[in-house]
Amino acid sequence: MNGLQRASRWVSDHIVLAGGLLVLVYMFVPIAIVMLMSFNDNSESRNVYAFRDFTFSNWTNMCGPDGMCESVLRSIGIGLAATLVATILGTLAAFALVRHNFRGRSVMNTVIFLPMASPEIVMGSSLLALFVSGGFGGRLGVVTIFIAHVMFCLSFVIVTVKARLSGLDQNLEQAAMDLYASEATTFWRITFPLVFPGIAAAALLSFSLSFDDFIITNLNAGQTVTFPMYVWGVAQRGVPMQVNVIGTIMFLISLALVLGNMFATRKKA
Amino acid sequence: MSLAAERATDPSNPPGGSGRNLRLTALTKEFSTFTAVRSLDLEIPAGTFFALLGPSGCGKTTTLRMVAGLDLPTSGTIHLGDDEITYAKPYRRPVNTVFQNYALFPHLDIHENVAFGLRRRKVKDVDKQVQEMLELVELESQAKKKPPQMSGGQQQRVALARALINRPEVLLLDEPLGALDLKLRRGMQIEIKRIQTEVGLTFVHVTHDQEEAMTMADTIAVMNAGVIEQMGSPTELYENPRTTFVANFLGQSNLIPGTVSSADGDVVRVDMHGTQVSIPADRAHVTSGNGWVGIRPEKVLVAAEGEPLDAPGNHMSGGVVTDVSFVGVSTQYLVRMPWGQELMAFEQNTGRRAFLTAGTKVDVSWRPEFAFLLPASQDVNAGAIEEA
Repeated sequence: MNGLQRASRWVSDHIVLAGGLLVLVYMFVPIAIVMLMSFNDNSESRNVYAFRDFTFSNWTNMCGPDGMCESVLRSIGIGLAATLVATILGTLAAFALVRHNFRGRSVMNTVIFLPMASPEIVMGSSLLALFVSGGFGGRLGVVTIFIAHVMFCLSFVIVTVKARLSGLDQNLEQAAMDLYASEATTFWRITFPLVFPGIAAAALLSFSLSFDDFIITNLNAGQTVTFPMYVWGVAQRGVPMQVNVIGTIMFLISLALVLGNMFATRKKA
Repeated sequence: MSLAAERATDPSNPPGGSGRNLRLTALTKEFSTFTAVRSLDLEIPAGTFFALLGPSGCGKTTTLRMVAGLDLPTSGTIHLGDDEITYAKPYRRPVNTVFQNYALFPHLDIHENVAFGLRRRKVKDVDKQVQEMLELVELESQAKKKPPQMSGGQQQRVALARALINRPEVLLLDEPLGALDLKLRRGMQIEIKRIQTEVGLTFVHVTHDQEEAMTMADTIAVMNAGVIEQMGSPTELYENPRTTFVANFLGQSNLIPGTVSSADGDVVRVDMHGTQVSIPADRAHVTSGNGWVGIRPEKVLVAAEGEPLDAPGNHMSGGVVTDVSFVGVSTQYLVRMPWGQELMAFEQNTGRRAFLTAGTKVDVSWRPEFAFLLPASQDVNAGAIEEA
């Protein structure tokens, strides 16, 4: 059997695998480019999309470009605050929707999908109209961005936590109470640990939604500049290579979280 | 602190000795569309193995949940000795439950699952007690495993250990063997009965499996549609049922319509399609008018026409064997009587006699002391088939 036959045999045996590999390549090429560009020495070129020389200077001089690091910190701050508030409120709402029977529950269950389903531009502009008509027109900024982010994160948190919670066998809580655990002890010993993966997933989702939101943020930001808005602004003139450094760092953090979670669950099982 | 807690911490105090009776008084539970439990009165003596037996939806699980404190009754009271616990929180009553689906905590290992109740009550020596309890249920080597890694039978034993370690005054078992296969179930029945005898606690066992109830329980209460039909020892219920429901639900019965012709002293005579049968007075639950003459299939004697039958009194002739099923230990015959009814007759395969074949003409009889008489007003099919 010659090499060509061997190769074609391998491909026909591994056609699904090959297809999968191609999809992976397709997904990860942009990230690879971002990582590569973070080492691009571009200081003298006008053409931002060409790789000229290898350098660490983008990494050592991360905050070189004017206002970039400030916008990153602002985005992280808004993201953390919005995540915290949306996760707490959303988790409470999910418990109410799963555990309590009240008038209008089924309507609520449908309505919470609306913010996810409606176009961001509609949500953003109607929020702006709300803020302006409420007299906040001149005071758009971090607070209005925060309010907007909590709003669109809430739906995702509720849906994620609800899914986890409705899969939780209520007999477990009754068993705990039967075994001398009070309501509070039952919640902290049984309910919370079992629902926690759902809450954690919801929080991660919230943060990444908040961190990279552009449309709604842009409409309600006033003079405030978040990281996505910064990138959009500088893209008109030429993106500084440090943006790729931030992108790479964010990617590595996500990767670490995913891997950490994977190892944690494998150890438990 | 509860009595159970004191007992659990004091190993020198033999369990069961100071137990208190569980008493339900006029206990009622209504849901929006139906009444699950209807004014139930019941006293369960301390230290007994008590079974609540009935078809699904009869209210037995609801009764159990009210005793555990997981459901609140609409009216009525629950007492443990002199203490009323009707509205006490589940974690404030010395009662523990083995749940139908075990409800083991999936994020805790077996050791911590069993230790859960002791830790909540801040008992000392938890590890030693857990170790002993795991030995009792023969799972000492599995302490570090998580529940999802164990088989159904093992999970069942963990659930039992987790409840039992608290030495509750009353242990509730909600169809605890329902999810196990037949062979494992038989083994566990004997095991649970052994443990109950050993620890001497009151066990209240809910089941729809009449064989399980009879194997394990000292006393059985047969429940139907929210009320207790009859209560007594397994033999009492089986030999002398008071209602057609009990007669059909606990084993099988032939119920033949008849009319009381005379009732004197200790015998009630019934005319049954022209044949006179007598029934002991303590087994006759009607003394005039119409009734159902009941006889268990294994008590029915069958012989080919004209051949001797080991029973005094009248023989009914004119029967024809319509169906023969050989089931190993016994042979089950269906015999069509002249009035059209088919009677069941089970005969042990002792090898004394050749099998009767379908179509054979036979005589039928039984010893009068085994028959019973039930009111004609009761539904002849109550408790039959649907749960068989």
